[in-house]
Amino acid sequence: MNQTIAIDHNHSPRPAWRSISIKSISRIAALIPIAALIFTTVILFIEALPAIKYNGLGFLTHTGWRPGNFYVNPVATNGIPHPVGASYGALPLIVGTIESSLLALIIAIPVSIGAALVIVEKLPSQISQTIGLFLEILAGIPSVIFGLWGTLVLGPILARDIFPFISHIAPNVIGFRFLKGNTGHGEGLLTSGIVLAIMIIPIIASTSRDLLRQVPRSTREGGTALGFTDWETNKWISLPWIRTGLIGASVLGLGRALGETMAVAMTSGAVLGANPSNAFLPMTTIAATIVSQLDSALTDATGLATKTLAEGALLLAVMALITNLAARMLVRKVSSTALPVGRGI
Amino acid sequence: MANLVIDPLAQGGVANTSKRRKGKDLFLWTLASLSLLAIVGPAIWIIGQLFAKVARGWRWSVLTQVGSGLGGGLKNEIFGSLLIVVVVTVVAGVIGILSGMYLAEYSNGPIGGALRTASEVLAGIPSIVLGYVGYVALVVHFHWGYSLGAGVLVLTVMVVPYITKTTEVSLKQVPTSYKEGAAALGIKNSIILRRIVLKTALPGISTGMIIATAIAVGETAPLLYTAGYSQSLPSLSLTHHPVGYLTYAVWTFYNQPSAAAKQLSFDAAGILIFAVVMLIIASRVVVAMTQKHSEFQ
Repeated sequence: MNQTIAIDHNHSPRPAWRSISIKSISRIAALIPIAALIFTTVILFIEALPAIKYNGLGFLTHTGWRPGNFYVNPVATNGIPHPVGASYGALPLIVGTIESSLLALIIAIPVSIGAALVIVEKLPSQISQTIGLFLEILAGIPSVIFGLWGTLVLGPILARDIFPFISHIAPNVIGFRFLKGNTGHGEGLLTSGIVLAIMIIPIIASTSRDLLRQVPRSTREGGTALGFTDWETNKWISLPWIRTGLIGASVLGLGRALGETMAVAMTSGAVLGANPSNAFLPMTTIAATIVSQLDSALTDATGLATKTLAEGALLLAVMALITNLAARMLVRKVSSTALPVGRGI
Repeated sequence: MANLVIDPLAQGGVANTSKRRKGKDLFLWTLASLSLLAIVGPAIWIIGQLFAKVARGWRWSVLTQVGSGLGGGLKNEIFGSLLIVVVVTVVAGVIGILSGMYLAEYSNGPIGGALRTASEVLAGIPSIVLGYVGYVALVVHFHWGYSLGAGVLVLTVMVVPYITKTTEVSLKQVPTSYKEGAAALGIKNSIILRRIVLKTALPGISTGMIIATAIAVGETAPLLYTAGYSQSLPSLSLTHHPVGYLTYAVWTFYNQPSAAAKQLSFDAAGILIFAVVMLIIASRVVVAMTQKHSEFQ
């Protein structure tokens, strides 16, 4: 049967026709991501340009999100029309984005590595497969549902039982003052940080697990031969062995936390214009601001409000781009077939 | 060598250290085991609480009525989500599989590297940024309005990198001996690719497709300002007709004062979780079936 096929095609008048066609069609498909990337960057930049000119460098260093007065005739500064009194400072958004993401990382990294160690070292394969299923489910829960749970269930519990306790035991010294004072209503920096941590744990934990499984057995046996306990073997041999990959996985998690929109928009309280005075009070991030402000920004007849959001989006894209590129460079060194993690499952 | 002389006092010290080290070992492993709770706990808590809320206020008319104001049902959202997800899966599947094929089979040089990096960078762009670009470019400048076409295009761009990656990885895992064997029989490259390589890689590709579908089901941010929202059943036209979808209902109704609206939000979230868990189980089944039939155990 195979022979007849082979002979048939050896005598075909157009030998390479199908091969060329599949190759060229697939090449076009392979160009689509790069085209989309260029398109995204160019559109964002063009859209944001007037806002970049109008807001200047103060966008990065100022506090205060004032769209101006939409009900009087707009004026123009440097040829850019804007409502009277418009002034945008994104500093609280930038700080909020970085703070909530770092908080998430601080919570998620030890938990993820601990979980990965137990999964690889201690659990029988049946149970570790079940945990793997839970990791996938946690990664697959839509972010809007994390937000729903965070704001309706977790937030109130935290505000009622946990935050007052934290505030009570936190020492009143520099470095811990952000855990003192008004404990708020459950929407704020710490709630967002915790929800973000739960969202990025699957990314960091599953990558750490896969990396730990790649540590050569003989290398680990060296530790046992030296009389190390299990924990010491992991601490001194396995974890240093996969260190670069762990950093890469953490930065991937950071990338996701930076760009997370819905969960933060629902759990942060989304207040514009000021930094919270402690970790319990409402804040906002760049992504949450874009999603919650676009509706009202559309009422700005000069378009400056939407263009400012484009500037925010551009800033966020650059931040996410840098972290993701860094992470992928680190992860690739260790494992070339890592699944694309970073969003969703 | 003199250091190795056994000193009873030092030996006692070693025994003590050893005991202390074992104790520390046990303590730290216990602590690490607790971190498993941070994975299993929230997953069960979120799903359990949600289903409790859904069960408490469940009425079957949610599935059969379209929305009206802050009440009604979710029929329009369910059909809208289905429509969006099916179109995205088909379009992104075709593009993603083709580009994965190109990366795995035809490009090894710097161009392949550049395309791979571009695809990975695209996967890292926050979804709200893609949604905003979709709004500015498609909805406003191209005058598509809030529409199926705009929503689908943004979601497609979002999930193509995942399908590309899984396709590339699973194609590369097809043993070279299969291809060599086929080539030795004189079979042409295009047929080897279609009939042997793609077939062997099919389970991996399907898993990638299922994951991409799950991502598309659960996304909100990229759809809010591209697909818009509608309380009537979705039409098949690509432009000028906004489409309702389940994540919109969760996001919009959860903080409404009316209990009926809140319940709709929970119901939509429950349906979403159900869909996502089903998709994850489906991907597990695909993997399990492959391992059963695989020659490499």
